[in-house]
Amino acid sequence: MVDVLDRPDVAEEHPHEEHHGPTGILKWMTSTDHKVIGLSYTVTSVIMFVIGGAFAELIRAQLATPNGTLVSLAQYNELFTMHGSLMIYLFAGPFAFGGLANILVPIQIGAPDMAFPRLNALSYWLYLFGSLTMLSGFFTAGGAANFGWVAYAPLSNSLNTPGSGADLWIGGLLLTGFSAIFTGVNLCATIFYLRAPGMTMFRMPIFTWNMLVTAILILLAFPVLTAGLIMLYCDRHFGTHIFSVAGGGVPVLWQHIFWFWGHPEVYILALPFFGMVTEIIAVFSRKPVFGYKGMIFATLTIGALSLGVWAHHMYTTGVVLLPFFAIMSLLIAVPTGIKMFNWIGTMWRGEVWFSTAMLMAIGFLITFLIGGITGIFLASPPLDFFTHDTYFVVAHFHSIVMALVLAAFGGLYYWGPKITGYMLNEFVGKIQFWLLFIGTQVFTIPLYYLGLDGMPRRVAVYPHNPSWQNLNDLSTVGAVMIGLSTVAFLVNIVVSWKKYPCGDNPWDAHTLEWFTTSPPPHHNFYRLPQIRSERPTWDYNHPGHTAAAHSHHTEAPAEEVVTT
Amino acid sequence: MTRDPAVEYGREVELPALPPQGATDRARRWRRIRRATALLVAGLALSGCTLPSFGASAGDTTSSKSAFHLWQGFGISGVIVGGFTLALIVWAVLRYRRKSDNIPKQVQYHLPLEWTYTIVPILIVFGLFAATLVVENKEVSNPKTNVTINVLAFQWGWQFAYPGSNALVYGQTTEQPEMVMPANTNVHINLRSSDVIHGFYVHAFNFSRYALPGVLNQFTFNAQSTGTFFGQCTQLCGLYHSLMWFRVKVVTPAQYQTWLATFNNPKDEALAKAAAKATGQQVSSLIPSKSTSGGGSN
Repeated sequence: MVDVLDRPDVAEEHPHEEHHGPTGILKWMTSTDHKVIGLSYTVTSVIMFVIGGAFAELIRAQLATPNGTLVSLAQYNELFTMHGSLMIYLFAGPFAFGGLANILVPIQIGAPDMAFPRLNALSYWLYLFGSLTMLSGFFTAGGAANFGWVAYAPLSNSLNTPGSGADLWIGGLLLTGFSAIFTGVNLCATIFYLRAPGMTMFRMPIFTWNMLVTAILILLAFPVLTAGLIMLYCDRHFGTHIFSVAGGGVPVLWQHIFWFWGHPEVYILALPFFGMVTEIIAVFSRKPVFGYKGMIFATLTIGALSLGVWAHHMYTTGVVLLPFFAIMSLLIAVPTGIKMFNWIGTMWRGEVWFSTAMLMAIGFLITFLIGGITGIFLASPPLDFFTHDTYFVVAHFHSIVMALVLAAFGGLYYWGPKITGYMLNEFVGKIQFWLLFIGTQVFTIPLYYLGLDGMPRRVAVYPHNPSWQNLNDLSTVGAVMIGLSTVAFLVNIVVSWKKYPCGDNPWDAHTLEWFTTSPPPHHNFYRLPQIRSERPTWDYNHPGHTAAAHSHHTEAPAEEVVTT
Repeated sequence: MTRDPAVEYGREVELPALPPQGATDRARRWRRIRRATALLVAGLALSGCTLPSFGASAGDTTSSKSAFHLWQGFGISGVIVGGFTLALIVWAVLRYRRKSDNIPKQVQYHLPLEWTYTIVPILIVFGLFAATLVVENKEVSNPKTNVTINVLAFQWGWQFAYPGSNALVYGQTTEQPEMVMPANTNVHINLRSSDVIHGFYVHAFNFSRYALPGVLNQFTFNAQSTGTFFGQCTQLCGLYHSLMWFRVKVVTPAQYQTWLATFNNPKDEALAKAAAKATGQQVSSLIPSKSTSGGGSN
């Protein structure tokens, strides 16, 4: 068995022989380096987040009064459609599995690059042009797509939604869908075949494990969406009647196809962020991940169950088998709960360091707890009957996705130094955290009450009702705070631009990416430590402190560490 | 009476070592936890029948009330589980905040604990599922009904037709057509859509159901008291979705009969026939014959 991996120190010995390729923008456009592609993904997706966030602020401003006149009814439909589309399709997923995963997974498993670097580049360009295609709908005569991010048939057919904005939405989504599928292929191949010697499956960091399960879910779910979109396009333009009653089609089929992709998609979005939070909590508690293997099995269970819960979005259609989807949806709370207890167990008796990244992770835990508990309510059909399509549902999934946003910023504060070589300002970071965390609660909690009081979602105006208006106003205040927190983040990038060099391992972290330089060299490593657990960097730095089970009071003898 | 070993024989003896300080701490903590739990249980027992509403309301129909009780059950378990977990998070964060550069004990596994937090949630989930089944079966059952209302959703309004009579109510957007129905009667609803998907939602009934093109959705309301309630389309259906309002007016059975009788004139008869014909053409092949014949009032 190979214990130590030596690689020739090409860059150190021949620093000027590494690249003779193009420079500047041409270098960026032709790059197949996973770090460059990952960073492009990250920056593009954060831009999408800012645009989608601006739409959200417009929506909240419109709802601050019952008869808001900021936008028209038609513009309002475009706004919430594109807000949802940007955040789900163009921000959350690409940020996680295109951005951070692309940068981190190869380094975490000791690989020099992704398995298929050129396919990886193709993924990014498909994503970028898919995003631009979807957004270009705003410049067409009929405006952007306006049938909601779920595009329910038959509202999305050519009769009810004529105009090219909808076609551009379908086309853009097809392109980004292929980008996701290619990234899924790439991640699977990389994780299965490019692990460094000693990096067994059960020594992979949780983030990499979660990305593997995410990639498998992408491969299972996204082709279904792609097929559905092609059917929808055929219905719109080629005279098929797959989703229209008049020609013998079935409108509900679209919902089945959409949610068969859409519910795994929820976990495709969530699992990467769970992985980020796991790494952050372990590092800033100075402890190994509690219940490491249990957490992996929980992730696999979530992946498996997520393929059998899609119709809980369709309880009120009256055409699905309620008990089956109810028990499956309730059961998925169990592995998610296991993760929650693993995170708490990791902090337990640790030394919790309140860095910005850790604060974001703690904010994630609390926000995700609220979203998770209310999700259990929605899994029960009789309770879904009176909350479906009301603001209660909106509040529930915004608790979840805002928890993911907290985790995303935690990930940026934690891994940003590794990617760029420079730290972000911690003081501004903490201002951002408190604005974001408190803003999220002020934004979502009134919406729960609004929903229970009967306000439906996707309405631009609502009946005059003082309590509805008060709750909406409070929610708008929260949305403004979230907006300010994003401004604080952008300010932070400006004020700490190349100001605080970070060194290789500023957080005394665990995993391989912290063993190499910041930013990592072209093929990631000049040397690798011995990999004997899921924390090779920690084992290298603290040979006397390997992880142990609770009952073992003697610590394993420190293994001899061999370096090049 | 126990004798103090220190004074026996009038000389100093070595006292037995005190138990480790940590164990005493732990015992004290357990006592505190037990006391808090007892207080909580006592508090819940004392509050008795006045369970919190958790933001929802009991509503006006028999099934809205049972759904509300299910909601309360979920609410209580949610508050207990969520409160417990939140307390653990806050405790872990505050109690174990970094005080030194020491490396804590690198505990990674505790199998009994891991099994506990796997099995207990599974049991809770099956409990919630059992409660769900009971309420759900009640809500989706189709009991014997005396009154049938055919509800047709369209862009952007509602039409309420009463098979067996000439009564017909329809209106667009904020005209708020009124669905009149008798109290304390099983009222059967046939819900259809003539174009896109709409959501038939009455907040006071704690109930919503899609009006799906090509599908006949059937359900039953049994309203317990009279009154007028607000209803609205909840599923995005295009431009005027925000304004697709209606009202449900629950009256006494006698008032209901009087109201039906006001439509006994040739003009309303012609209108009702035309409406029935128009609706029938769109969805005739999809409506089981038994559900259209059982209407009217007796």
